[in-house]
Amino acid sequence: MSTYETLANFAQTWGLLYFVLIFAGVLVYTFWPTNKKRFDDAARMPLRED
Amino acid sequence: MAHTAKRLSLEEGLFAGFLTALAFICLVIAGKAVDGVMAFHAGLGLLFSAIGVFLIFNSYFKRPADAVESGYNLGPIKFGAVAAVFWGIAGFLVGDIIAWQLTFPILNFDLEWTSFGRLRPLHTSAVIFAFGGNVLLATSFYVVQRTSHARLPGRVAPWFVILGYNAFIVIAGTGYLFGATQSKEYAEPEWYADLWLTIVWVAYLLVFLATLWRRKEPHIYVANWFYLAFIVTIAMLHIGNNLSIPVSIFGIKSYQVFSGVQDAMVQWWYGHNAVGFFLTAGFLAIMYYFIPKRAERPVYSYRLSIVHFWALIFIYIWAGPHHLHYTALPDWAQTLGMTFSVILWMPSWGGMINGLMTLSGAWDKLRTDPVLRMMVVSVAFYGMSTFEGPLMSVKSVNSLSHYTDWTIGHVHSGALGWVGYISFGAIYCLIPWLWNRKSLYSTKLVEWHFWISTLGIVLYITSMWVSGIMQGLMWRAYDKLGFLEYSFIETVEAMHPFYMIRAIGGLLFVTGAVIMAYNIWMTIRAGEKAEQDAADPALVPAE
Repeated sequence: MSTYETLANFAQTWGLLYFVLIFAGVLVYTFWPTNKKRFDDAARMPLRED
Repeated sequence: MAHTAKRLSLEEGLFAGFLTALAFICLVIAGKAVDGVMAFHAGLGLLFSAIGVFLIFNSYFKRPADAVESGYNLGPIKFGAVAAVFWGIAGFLVGDIIAWQLTFPILNFDLEWTSFGRLRPLHTSAVIFAFGGNVLLATSFYVVQRTSHARLPGRVAPWFVILGYNAFIVIAGTGYLFGATQSKEYAEPEWYADLWLTIVWVAYLLVFLATLWRRKEPHIYVANWFYLAFIVTIAMLHIGNNLSIPVSIFGIKSYQVFSGVQDAMVQWWYGHNAVGFFLTAGFLAIMYYFIPKRAERPVYSYRLSIVHFWALIFIYIWAGPHHLHYTALPDWAQTLGMTFSVILWMPSWGGMINGLMTLSGAWDKLRTDPVLRMMVVSVAFYGMSTFEGPLMSVKSVNSLSHYTDWTIGHVHSGALGWVGYISFGAIYCLIPWLWNRKSLYSTKLVEWHFWISTLGIVLYITSMWVSGIMQGLMWRAYDKLGFLEYSFIETVEAMHPFYMIRAIGGLLFVTGAVIMAYNIWMTIRAGEKAEQDAADPALVPAE
């Protein structure tokens, strides 16, 4: 197999998996129920005067 | 009363020592320089380092022995905000000059220093790095302090970052006029300027990280994530694209370690991510702080902002190859770049929707507040240019659009509309906050700025659409015998009226910026004081 094919195979399998897992991880973090209050709070951070 | 001896802090000592050493190095290089530009730039380096040492000791001798740094550090932010306005006008003006040069070539004056080839990088660097860079430095220092409830660390470090960055700008800009360039688009400065910027940038990263480290808020606000992605990625891009070996340390000339198509790929990996992380991520950080603040509404969806962030930074980094369609770059790399560019639609529009919808419940403010309107129009331009960009990255569209004025129009709808307007909005917000003024000197003048420059942008991008598509179609027109229908000069002649319209549009944009400068000057000089703000250390009475 040429270097190109090796790299392309790697990218098309492991690379794809890596991206999907990262994205799934971000979604899980984003929609995790106990995080909701923290994020609602954070949405108001610029408005909080000190 | 306990007697406190005045001591030079370790930080002050280290910076003074470093700058003194640098001054000596510059002196030696200036003395042994093999070309005039290096002698001049080493001289500038000597001057700037000496000024730095003077400023450190001057502030040391002036301050009382028991001086305590308290509140937020606003000095470097004020400098950055004013510098941004100054460089902005300079950069817009040079841009309009070269637009007139394209319309009437005689305006090159047959002088090497004023030729299009030298003024064009001066324009792009002045608007992107000098104007945009100072806006990013100033707003990031402001936002990170406010949302972390922590002061920037150090007496010298934040000033070193902002002054050191502007010293880089002066060295880069004068270099272009004298013909010093490594011929990489948006990365023209030669090796010594690149080294200096690397030092400044690392200091910037450390100051930013240290402020986050000291934060009193448990959560790191999303704007700071965007700023951090911008700072880290720019460091990586800057080093990767500027790997070059100088011929001599006493001369300006250097050679890239990459060559051929590898060099082209590294260049556009850098070039497109300069757009993605300098002109997008950094300014999205501005959007996520200044729009909620000005509209007095929370971020529409904080969850969306998290997905927006991770999707944007993971995808942008792969889009660069779309600058090299139909070149020696392998086909698969071109297709990869195109695919990732098209996927970018999603996070870009997610971010745009999040910015716009933050106004829900406050849409009426658009009628009365031209500053907020400017920022909202900016987000609309962001949506428009991030729609157009992926479209142009599709190979069949690119075969028509590439090398034509369509690209120039696309860049300017992003640069004038998105980056320009979000920056103007942020500056209009920042100036009264920083100088403790009740409001801007004149809202009416902001209205004038808004409408004059909006007209300018519309003239600019529509003329470039027409000119670019016409140019592309003329280049690919064949007659029935298979010969090219038009010579190159015929396409140039056909574009003349559109060049004229573009130059007029640019002039309107410059005019708007001059109005802004006047308004800001009057706000600082004659604005009505707001009530005393404890965050401003200058208002604390001396004891």
